[in-house]
Amino acid sequence: MSKSPYQLEIAGENALILYFQQQMAAEISGQVQLASQQIRQALGDDLIDILPSYASILIVFNALQTNHLLVSSKIKNCLQQQANASISSGKLVELPVYYSEESGPDLRLIADTKQISVAEVIQRHQAVIYRVYAIGFAPGFAYLGEVDPILQMPRLSSPRAKVPKGAVAIADRQTAVYPAMSPGGWNLIGLCPSPMFNPDATPAMPVAVGDEVQFVAIDKAEFLRLGGEL
Amino acid sequence: MSSMSNFTVLSAGILSLLQDRGRFGQSELGLTNGGPVDAYSADIANALLDNDSNATLIECSVGGLQLQANCASYIAITGAELSVSINGQDAPMWTTLAISAGDIIELGMVTAGLRAYVAVAQGFNVQPQFTSTATVLREKVGGLNGDKLQAGDTLAVTSVSSCMKRSLATEHRRKFNNTLTLRLIEGYQAKQFIATERQRFYLHPYTVTPQSDRMGYKLKGSAIQCQQQSLLSEGICYGAVQIPPDGQPIVLLNDRQTLGGYPKIGSVLSLDCALLAQASPGTQVYFTPISIEQAHNALCLADVYFKSITQQWTLS
Repeated sequence: MSKSPYQLEIAGENALILYFQQQMAAEISGQVQLASQQIRQALGDDLIDILPSYASILIVFNALQTNHLLVSSKIKNCLQQQANASISSGKLVELPVYYSEESGPDLRLIADTKQISVAEVIQRHQAVIYRVYAIGFAPGFAYLGEVDPILQMPRLSSPRAKVPKGAVAIADRQTAVYPAMSPGGWNLIGLCPSPMFNPDATPAMPVAVGDEVQFVAIDKAEFLRLGGEL
Repeated sequence: MSSMSNFTVLSAGILSLLQDRGRFGQSELGLTNGGPVDAYSADIANALLDNDSNATLIECSVGGLQLQANCASYIAITGAELSVSINGQDAPMWTTLAISAGDIIELGMVTAGLRAYVAVAQGFNVQPQFTSTATVLREKVGGLNGDKLQAGDTLAVTSVSSCMKRSLATEHRRKFNNTLTLRLIEGYQAKQFIATERQRFYLHPYTVTPQSDRMGYKLKGSAIQCQQQSLLSEGICYGAVQIPPDGQPIVLLNDRQTLGGYPKIGSVLSLDCALLAQASPGTQVYFTPISIEQAHNALCLADVYFKSITQQWTLS
């Protein structure tokens, strides 16, 4: 008998969590995205919140209106239909980055650790089209994967108290843009002038889970012209 | 007849936040729930005034809030025990109180519990952000410009000239204990904790530490080990009990981060999370496992209980 491709577990009094194969992979992320759309439709107003991530979906329902058994059976129905459905691909978003040792204090560290030039670090970071695997940690913080294995870097042993807004960063095989100033332990390689979270804009974020992101190098003048701050 | 008017914040106290029931359906943007950490006390405050259950009220932590009314209205104060006065005269909690223009409403410091709720007839008029007025300081959303209340703030209200006067019977008011038993629904990575670790978790008391806030309550006690140390980041539901590598449980509350990668042994029943959020450092906490069916029953019973007490108010 083959192992079920998913597992449905209780998370809390009004929450279930659906696990797919536990790895960071575009194919699994596609399954997560598709199942999220189907579950959202199937649960209608019984659904309070739905939170897709790398390889799981947290489903929060109204426990005074339904219960975990009814919700479980609706979720399982969705997954049976999934085989026939196609995965819709998200949009491609280009994000400008001012890469430099001035805007990316860890560029030199990565280059030295990997024994490559700073220019090569910058070139390799732009060469990949990344997938948005998850959004969380802070509003607008998008987890992007996967970074070129050569650029893979562990988190800093001691997180910085203040990472600037727009910081483009690497941790393990992930990269991200800090949407606001916050503490953080990722390696900083540049600054992006585009806002990643604007509560007054619609949509509030340029990307959603399932979208693709490509970074494009800009120079300092262009960075400042686009509203970037050093 | 009603018309627009306002209240002025004379003193904001230790931490006063505008809250409706919370922000839901926005977690895909990374936005957390917010909302009153003691939902029962907040719901009663609104119910005493016939407000919608989602009406915006003030959660005042530790106390010290002073407001001036600039119009006639009604208020109700519930939650943690503290002294309440109107123009220097003592006023009761858990009761509908009539307010006239110019009245000064003063909350003392808490003597039991941590958070009091101040509701006004028809709620404070606040522009929702992402479907909710709930203030989350870390995210700078909700409330007035995503911030806590400050002296000089003006809170828009609707002037109200009549309201049924009600009082909640003493037996239905919040009581505060030095020891809490939190009912836990096992879930998430519960199976990754071997039986002896689960036993250790249920047998030993944990103490509420000062590193406890609206985001989560960090507890200290017998360390729990998990087979699995970290996992791919995944959604964290309200009440989830996260066990970081040091083995000390953290109960995640209204302002928790939406995603996390630590193992979770299960989730505390919301009714008990509300009591935990009223607990100050030093409070002793025990966990006890319950089934998902028992949790469902408890929620339905609490709903019936709430409806029955709010339909049989004691007229004051």
